[in-house]
Amino acid sequence: MQRRTGLTAIALIGSLTLAACSGGGTPSADGPVELTMWSWATLQKVADIWNADHPDIKVTVQEQGGGDELVTKVITAAKAGDGPDLVQAEYQMIPTLVSNDVLADITEFAGGAKDKFTENVWKQVTLDSAVYAIPQDTAPLAFYYREDLFTQLGLEVPTTWTEFADVARQIKQKDPNRALTTFSSNDAGLFAGLTQQAGATWWSASGDTWKVAIDVEASRKVATFWGDLVAEGVIDNQPMYTPAWNKALNDGMQIAWVSAVWAPGVLVTSAPDTKGKWRMAPLPQWSAGSNTTGSWGGSTTGITAKAAKNGRAKAAAEFATWLNTDPKAVAALVKEAGVYPAATAAQTSGALTTPEFFPNQPDFYRQAAELAKGTAAASWGPNVNVAYGTFKDAFGKAATEKSPFPAALKAVQDATVADMKKNGFKIEG
Amino acid sequence: MSALLVGPRVKPSVSARRTSWLPTFLLLLGAVYCLIPVLWVVMAATKSRSELFSTFTFLPGNGLWTNLSELTAYRDGVYWLWMLNSGLYAGVGALLSAAVSALSGYALAKYSFPGRGVIFTVILAGVLMPPIALAVPQYLLLAKVDLAGSYWSVLLPSILSPYGIYLARVYAAAAVPDEVLEAARVDGARDLRLFTSIAFPMMRPGLVTVFLFQFVAIWNNFLLPYVMLADDETFPVTVGLYSLLQQGASKPALYTLVITGALLSIIPLIALFLGLQRYWRVDLLTGAVKS
Repeated sequence: MQRRTGLTAIALIGSLTLAACSGGGTPSADGPVELTMWSWATLQKVADIWNADHPDIKVTVQEQGGGDELVTKVITAAKAGDGPDLVQAEYQMIPTLVSNDVLADITEFAGGAKDKFTENVWKQVTLDSAVYAIPQDTAPLAFYYREDLFTQLGLEVPTTWTEFADVARQIKQKDPNRALTTFSSNDAGLFAGLTQQAGATWWSASGDTWKVAIDVEASRKVATFWGDLVAEGVIDNQPMYTPAWNKALNDGMQIAWVSAVWAPGVLVTSAPDTKGKWRMAPLPQWSAGSNTTGSWGGSTTGITAKAAKNGRAKAAAEFATWLNTDPKAVAALVKEAGVYPAATAAQTSGALTTPEFFPNQPDFYRQAAELAKGTAAASWGPNVNVAYGTFKDAFGKAATEKSPFPAALKAVQDATVADMKKNGFKIEG
Repeated sequence: MSALLVGPRVKPSVSARRTSWLPTFLLLLGAVYCLIPVLWVVMAATKSRSELFSTFTFLPGNGLWTNLSELTAYRDGVYWLWMLNSGLYAGVGALLSAAVSALSGYALAKYSFPGRGVIFTVILAGVLMPPIALAVPQYLLLAKVDLAGSYWSVLLPSILSPYGIYLARVYAAAAVPDEVLEAARVDGARDLRLFTSIAFPMMRPGLVTVFLFQFVAIWNNFLLPYVMLADDETFPVTVGLYSLLQQGASKPALYTLVITGALLSIIPLIALFLGLQRYWRVDLLTGAVKS
């Protein structure tokens, strides 16, 4: 009896298919090139459009969760010679992936796509004049505010950071329970975007030498500005994306949010009762009349070194270019994955319809396209995770203790430089 | 588990029956501490998207059915495929693991052969090694033999459980008396028959424990399948739910689906525990030898 159950169990596993690792397939005359793509967005339906039109190149999307874990996973897979042909990667992760030999140089296949994007976006997929990915979506920063509460409290929408600080003080005077917004030490990406607006470029490379410029005048200006507001007590110092933060947004205890163009998608879940009450305005400026913004997020489609090794880089680059620039593809991308496309033509093409959560702002995306034009340059380094991790600790402490932020900024710079030196990168200065 | 196996040692007396308030209070506190998160999941799963963060935490909402049907509809029911995968990984993995543990535990406990001490020490060292630290090396090894990404890549590392072997050895040493084995040998039983007919039934409560521990460990495992598997149709439920949570900032987060999915995914574990509990008590052969 016992033996029989044992045998059944063995037979059961024997019948399991040995689904071999991610799609093999080499270009040959007798079958299509098979490409696999790792992504955190729901892209299979978009790939299906491509597959219907291109019988010679078949793309399968394998949905993975995003975030730092995906980066780790792709790097591990690449070390084992495994992994996908295409991978979705955030802009700031490209240098990390390149220095780990995950991404392939696709300059010869993708150079033609350059004109479809703004120069500053294209720079972010270029490292030392080699192209490593095709931009997918961008996330220019904007100022979101509760239109109804601004009217009720008699507030003007700030156009400069000085006005922003004034509005924050006015709110505290009129209703001490409310705050304009919060400074969140959990979101280094937002702070990085704000320093881009002020003109900072945290990393830059020439040849094989890196320059780390996190603790520079432009970043210090941003850090001091927010640190002073926190110390003064006119804005909150609690992190974003917590249940308490959701509640504060939903109940109108925080009445504005500096966020990116994807904010409507977050507000739907965070502040469900406030539909139609929010409005997007340009990010406050450092000097009146200018139109500059930073970005917070956005991603690209990278082609892996594995694809290049197996002679599939050309096919993969073709697909990546189609996915992110072809009008039909971008329209599907907007519909299925809800992204804000990086391709400039797509930003005004009508593929983007008014966000459901902002019925009061029918020209939301036309305004967003205006903002996007002013997106400042950004450039990333091979250890963004270290910088962001240190940011969380150092700024978290400073925000809680309401101590000056520039010291925290210096800590981020020092930790980033030390880590790069330890890993054998040449550092200028 | 041990509480069920070990009977009361002290005869109940008047003093022992008096309620001791401090331990009772501490245990209650511990129970509340453990159960509150469970209660949170149960309550949150009943809330609709608009209720999730805005209503009182421990009040039920009225979105359970919407959540369930949305979860089932998501990508044509991929959630249920993930549940099936989890069942497969955990069920087959735990079964094989229990079988391997039974054989090796029994051999280590009842046979003396050169190297026994060394093998047992190595296994003991394995108990101390956290499985998480092994996931990446295991991936690199399996990728070398082209198994990464297959069902085997999750099953194979789960089969050998040092803790299971250790437990089976300790249990075999205690529950299978040498006298019974000798008696069977005298009656002409060979080694295989000794194991299948004598030792295995006696070890069953211990093996059920090994099976349960391993089932829960595989069911809840995240890192190993996350590293190993690429195709989202081979994901277990842990990795699947994670991919739902991390879909980038541009889409509304699918919290309601993830919470409902998490609630459903603990139901099989609870059912398994309740179903197998009785085996822990069935220890019929303990009285086979007079001591």
